[in-house]
Amino acid sequence: MSAISVRGLRKSYGALEAVRGVDFEVQVGEVFGLLGPNGAGKTTTVEILEGYRKRDAGEVEVLGVDPARAGGAWRDRIGVVLQSSAMYQTLSVTEHLRLFAGYYSKPRPVDEVVELVGLGQKRDELVRRLSGGQRRRLDLGLALVGDPELIFLDEPTTGFDPHARRQAWETLRSLRSLGKTIVLTTHYLDEADRLCDRVAVLREGEIVAAGPPSQLSATLPATEIRYRENGREVVLETDAPTRVLNELTAKALAENRELEGLVVTRPTLEDVYLQLTGGEIDEEVG
Amino acid sequence: MRLFRHELKSELLLYVRSRELAFFTFLFPIILFVLLGSSYGNDRIKSEGNVRGANFLEAGMIGYGAISIAFAGLAIVLVLRRESGVLKRLRATPLPAPAYIVALLSSFLAAFAVEVLAIVVLGRLLFSIGAPDRIGSLVLILLLGAVSFAGLGIGLTALIRSAVRWIAAALPLTYFLRIVRGVMLHGHEIWMYPGSLAMIAAWGVLGVVLAIRGFRWEPVEAG
Repeated sequence: MSAISVRGLRKSYGALEAVRGVDFEVQVGEVFGLLGPNGAGKTTTVEILEGYRKRDAGEVEVLGVDPARAGGAWRDRIGVVLQSSAMYQTLSVTEHLRLFAGYYSKPRPVDEVVELVGLGQKRDELVRRLSGGQRRRLDLGLALVGDPELIFLDEPTTGFDPHARRQAWETLRSLRSLGKTIVLTTHYLDEADRLCDRVAVLREGEIVAAGPPSQLSATLPATEIRYRENGREVVLETDAPTRVLNELTAKALAENRELEGLVVTRPTLEDVYLQLTGGEIDEEVG
Repeated sequence: MRLFRHELKSELLLYVRSRELAFFTFLFPIILFVLLGSSYGNDRIKSEGNVRGANFLEAGMIGYGAISIAFAGLAIVLVLRRESGVLKRLRATPLPAPAYIVALLSSFLAAFAVEVLAIVVLGRLLFSIGAPDRIGSLVLILLLGAVSFAGLGIGLTALIRSAVRWIAAALPLTYFLRIVRGVMLHGHEIWMYPGSLAMIAAWGVLGVVLAIRGFRWEPVEAG
């Protein structure tokens, strides 16, 4: 059963074609990632699915409803984390969650959400005293407090420190185990690699690759072996890493020599991404 | 209806919490009423049928309160919420737009009602102004006026693209005006008002001291 279905989606801003003919499906219970550099059309696509923007062409169904014509009953079933946090500075964490809980027909208990997003220690702190990462976690809490079936996350961990990012990943995994459907956009390929069942890579408004992360990285065959020899870095690419590595180490052992800085890497989603998007990874934070 | 009640409660909480709003739109008319009332309360205003200054001021400050709260306050809050993205976030929730607008409006009308009550009670206690006679008419015109200003305020937000700047308040207004009036209307010289001069100077010194002591380079409660 599909939670989201998108066919031939198009959207232009004046002369700029932000999204040009995008198709994809997201199944119920799936974690789906939209990847791509800035300006690739990720946010435009997600905001059309959330009901914020009107599309120029194509068919979109989210939870069986066209978001452009959806009302309160539909919004009751979705949760949203927008790209930038926006909240009342003068309310505390729990007050904020209680305010939003009141908008939904079957909210989760506020205390449970506070714990879920790891703000237990800050529950009575005013929003204006929270750090950027803590606000982002509250954002996630506000998206979850209505106990939605479907959750949209637009760059949910941008600006997190590595520890907070891992915590957020844990939260998202636990949501998935509850059977929630999650759509997230991200700059971080390790994030997509670890969280998403399937990803679609957007480039200039078109999907250039789609599938499970492991399947995408399998399209690049070579395993890379690196080590240093006499201060020089040696890089070998091979489809038979077991044999090559065995030969290398056997030789080194026989010569009583250490393979300095030995590293074996499988191609990652990052390599696929770089190849597909033709260049730089967005290092943008914020 | 449930959502409306929930939003109204939330808006009242938000109103009470916002100190800037409370000072500039809610307290300021009351402060002016007390300050000006203390100076001119017992003067008679000929053009208004010899009514007492305090009574005249009371009506005027209630009018000022209506504009200050329903028009300026509401417009400022809506613009700030829109520009900071709060409205966009709210749109993703099941809260219907009419429930939101009516609840926001009602919270500001409630604030205005409290303001009117405070001015009437203070007028009675400080300046012995009697309770208004035509309560029905008064309530109706205040309600009509406040709703109309609020509508205008919401309309104005369509014109304002970015946040509104505050204009600083001048508390020693009474003394200042007294001297200005004396100099301009009665040919007095500035030194004929030693008491008022002292008050203005005292406010000035107080202000400068507070400014020096309280100056911060950074937002007060950030981080």
